[in-house]
Amino acid sequence: MKSIIKVENLSYIYQEGMPFEKHALHNVDLEIEEGDFAALIGHTGSGKSTLIQHFNALVKPTSGKIYIYGVDITSTKADLKQIRRMVGLVFQYPEHQLFEETVYKDIAFGPMNIGFSESEVKDRVYEAIRLVGIGEDKLEKSPFELSGGQKRRVAIAGVLAMKPRVLILDEPTAGLDPAGRDDILSSIRALHEAEKDMTVIFVSHSMEDVAKIAKSVIVMNDGRVFAHGSVAEVFSRGRELSKIGLNVPQITQLVLRLRELGVPLSEDIYTVDAAVEAVKAIIRGDRHA
Amino acid sequence: MLKDITLGQYVPGESFIHKLDARVKIVLTFVYIIILFIIDQTINYALFTIFTAMLVFLSRVPIGFILKGLKPMLFILSFTAVINLFMTQGETIWSYHIVGSWSLEITKEGIVIAVLMLLRLLYLVIGTSLLTLTTSPLMLTDGIEKLLEPFKKIGVPSHEIAMMMTIAIRFIPTLAEETDKIMKAQMARGADFESGNIVRRAKAMIPLLVPLFVSAFRRADDLAVAMESRCYRGGDNRTRMKQMKATYRDAVAGAVVTLFCLVLIVNEIIL
Ligand SMILES: Nc1ncnc2c1ncn2[C@@H]1O[C@H](COP(=O)(O)OP(=O)(O)OP(=O)(O)O)[C@@H](O)[C@H]1O
Ligand SMILES: [Mg+2]
Repeated sequence: MKSIIKVENLSYIYQEGMPFEKHALHNVDLEIEEGDFAALIGHTGSGKSTLIQHFNALVKPTSGKIYIYGVDITSTKADLKQIRRMVGLVFQYPEHQLFEETVYKDIAFGPMNIGFSESEVKDRVYEAIRLVGIGEDKLEKSPFELSGGQKRRVAIAGVLAMKPRVLILDEPTAGLDPAGRDDILSSIRALHEAEKDMTVIFVSHSMEDVAKIAKSVIVMNDGRVFAHGSVAEVFSRGRELSKIGLNVPQITQLVLRLRELGVPLSEDIYTVDAAVEAVKAIIRGDRHA
Repeated sequence: MLKDITLGQYVPGESFIHKLDARVKIVLTFVYIIILFIIDQTINYALFTIFTAMLVFLSRVPIGFILKGLKPMLFILSFTAVINLFMTQGETIWSYHIVGSWSLEITKEGIVIAVLMLLRLLYLVIGTSLLTLTTSPLMLTDGIEKLLEPFKKIGVPSHEIAMMMTIAIRFIPTLAEETDKIMKAQMARGADFESGNIVRRAKAMIPLLVPLFVSAFRRADDLAVAMESRCYRGGDNRTRMKQMKATYRDAVAGAVVTLFCLVLIVNEIIL
């Protein structure tokens, strides 16, 4: 598979040269493949938001290079509009950026900026609300009348309507109740399944969420990439992850503890279903032995 | 651009100036400004320059910080200087004929006034930023509250004014950060804040301003609820964790400034 985002030796310093300067990213190297569904995790302040803001050129690196589809977006000649159209970024608490009188107009803001015709814009808005599960009856409402979860969907639709090739979401479930979280997560997964060649990257604090929906995981620690690989690969390093303050899902912790007690379970179990199957297998095996 | 806001910024420190009582500092800053606008003699400007340099030195605030605060004033400063330079009547030393009876003239008096005005504005900014740079916002507003207290009798709500200022100052960095975030979020949706004529640019601000106002109101509401739920009910009978105490330092500072003022005034009168 070809890599869609390639980051080379990226470093970023906030307020360089000032007394409060802050080294947010240190020599990050990263490659993300087309069609991947990647989770970006790391504790607070590890540089996740800073990193993803580089992917659509909202932030210029202090040093290093970023290629999107092989195009260097750090060069001064880069076409920013084109990049931002290709790489859609949904910020943390995106509902705070809503501003239009109606939901329709707000979702249409992105496509209008790109310069599509009225009818094309309309098609895109309808498609976007279908993808995020907002009813057509909401289109003429004010976005400020919606519930928190609905607002967030509208904001995500606003980015989806630009039909990005890469969709990046910064903590899409932050501040939602468990039902809201599951709703948003399953819409994101459904989205990824519907648009196979769209690459999705989402930032999360919850290992459970990551285990549920991601294909690959990037772990950030202190401005560096700590681990990058498939969910199974990364979670099998559970103990190292605990050391940097990240808790692998409880079920994985349980499996690791059982292994320590001598139960022959494999290391890459990270969902409850898989654990149940594995334990059942052992019980069956024991009886036979 | 937003990172350049030094207004209300405080550089923590342990210097003599940092340790002065906020009330004393505020009063002395007023004295500093008043005297700045009284003096007229060149010798006094020289003394004033030395005095200001001494204050900056005593405060231990990095000089870069003070210069950064001057940057946004650059336009006003140069504008005032240029206007004074060309608009003052007097002994012409350079002129340029434009058309008809219109001509540009620089007079000797113009140069003098331009330089003096420039210095005045410069020291005005430096003096007031020294106050905010060396006094934590909390102390500053406490000081203002205390100074306004005598006026309570004639209905000045001193506590409320101080509380409003504290909150406003507290939220400058928060709102700056918020602005930055919303701007980025809209830019990610293809908004363009930088190109186009004035009308287009003003229109481009709507996606920034609406969410900013909404969030400011939301924050205000949250804060009000938070304060109320902790039984805040205005200034009556409130005590403070940090009582303000004037010390020998404040006496010294007051004496030095008084002396300095006397010297300047005497100079003005006899020269
Ligand atoms: N505008 C800024 N100015 C200065 N420092 C900043 C700024 N934004 C972030 N930082 C610092 O850079 C570091 C990385 O921040 P970043 O927002 O990328 O972390 P994060 O991994 O997204 O954290 P969180 O999970 O809390 O969202 C942090 O230490 C933070 O304090
Ligand atoms: Mg973040």
